[in-house]
Amino acid sequence: MASSRENLIAIENVTHAYRKDGHTLPVLEDLSLGVVEHGFTAVVGPSGCGKSTLTRLIAGLMRPDAGSVWLHGEQVVSPRSTVGMAFQNPVLLEWRSILKNVLLPLEIVPTSLSKQGAEDRARHLLHLVGLSAFEDKRPSELSGGMRQRASLCRALIHNPDVLILDEPFGALDAFTREDLWLTMHKLRAEEPFTGVLITHDLRESIFLADEVVVLSDRPATVQHRVALKREGSPTLDQLYTGESIATLNELREQIRIARNGAEV
Amino acid sequence: MRQYLVPGFAMVIFLGFWEALVWVNDWPNYKMASPSDLWPAFWRFKELFLSYGWDTLWRTVVGLLIAIVIGVLFGMIMGFSKIMREGLYPLLVGFNAIPKATVVPIVALMFVGQHDLNTVLIAFMISFFPIAVSVSIGLSTLEPEYRDILRSLGASKLTIFWKIALPKTLPEFFGALKVAVTLAFIGTNLMEIVSPHGRGLGALFDSGKTNSDYPLMFAVLIALAVLGIALYYVVVFLEKIFAGWAERSAD
Repeated sequence: MASSRENLIAIENVTHAYRKDGHTLPVLEDLSLGVVEHGFTAVVGPSGCGKSTLTRLIAGLMRPDAGSVWLHGEQVVSPRSTVGMAFQNPVLLEWRSILKNVLLPLEIVPTSLSKQGAEDRARHLLHLVGLSAFEDKRPSELSGGMRQRASLCRALIHNPDVLILDEPFGALDAFTREDLWLTMHKLRAEEPFTGVLITHDLRESIFLADEVVVLSDRPATVQHRVALKREGSPTLDQLYTGESIATLNELREQIRIARNGAEV
Repeated sequence: MRQYLVPGFAMVIFLGFWEALVWVNDWPNYKMASPSDLWPAFWRFKELFLSYGWDTLWRTVVGLLIAIVIGVLFGMIMGFSKIMREGLYPLLVGFNAIPKATVVPIVALMFVGQHDLNTVLIAFMISFFPIAVSVSIGLSTLEPEYRDILRSLGASKLTIFWKIALPKTLPEFFGALKVAVTLAFIGTNLMEIVSPHGRGLGALFDSGKTNSDYPLMFAVLIALAVLGIALYYVVVFLEKIFAGWAERSAD
């Protein structure tokens, strides 16, 4: 079910509100969600419904007002080094080379890797995403899609259990985005992680995830979930088959309901 | 080759024009000295130029170094704490709004005769404001994602400061330093001109004035320009080393 603690990520009855200048803005309400080990869940919902808040709760950057978040059966009360994050803004450090950017988390997190071992791993990841030729370049010399690839490598360098992606492809053009979807599948085949993907792109959600969760409008709770069948690596063509289109329409209908809820 | 020839050529034209202007109008020295008068003035006072030039230089640099330490400190305090920013900013703006020329006589009376202290103090006071403001803006406008990337790994505030906040602020810091170095130089000269029986190029300028030695006054101006340019390019050189990454290649 939704959030048994056997799941690698378990979010249990989380309620959260922002307080600013005496106003209270409820963001999440009694939200429960679980992701099994090596599962990949996409979270979609109306704009501003609190999806990013969810990622910050899982990462331990904030604590919920009520309810709890569990990773590996341990309650999350502070940030932990077993989490990797990537955002819409790739936030690469302009004064470092791409290789040094990817290595950044290993300067914070305790690691068993030697300096050479760490560099080898970084090079391997960069090779997987097709950036081998750009290891020594500065971020400003790379295109948006390449920077996002580097940011994914940085999120994975320390072998995190959990990868949190907050609209990582949102600012890219459609073709670059499709390239990165394929890259994500490649990374998933090579790197064992449990993923949560926040996105506005329904096609992206059904192409990448095992399960798509639709959140209601603010204060958000789980409104609908769709489990997707996966056999091997999907191809982009499969997005245009009848089955995929039926799923897309189901999700669009759910988003419509969520947004109407906001207007009533 | 061209990058040296063109400015050199422009300099020669400028000096020629200056010389011609004085010559054609037949201006006496007390109206305007011509470039050909300057070299004898330099030569006659060459020891003073060297030792007073050194005084002006080190006072400016020490004042600027203090301004960097205090400015960065204020910048960090205001950059990290919103309450401190709200409290300190109006005070700093008010302090900065006072024209330093009016503070010069006050300081000169306060520490009468202590030329080095007076001069360094004014150089510091006039130049620390842009540094404080730029560092505080650089730190307070750091995008939250930058912080989150390290915070989500359990990094301490200090680590985030060293690894991200500090290097990211360097371009703003050097931008402010270029302004500050010019200001510190102005501060030094203000004090040196006003202090009686002092040292430094400002004092040399003042004695040129008292003795109606106009070629000397102009020679001091040229010496000041050379020093000011040298100081400015030292900062530019340091910027290239420490914040060269912020420069976009022109393609």
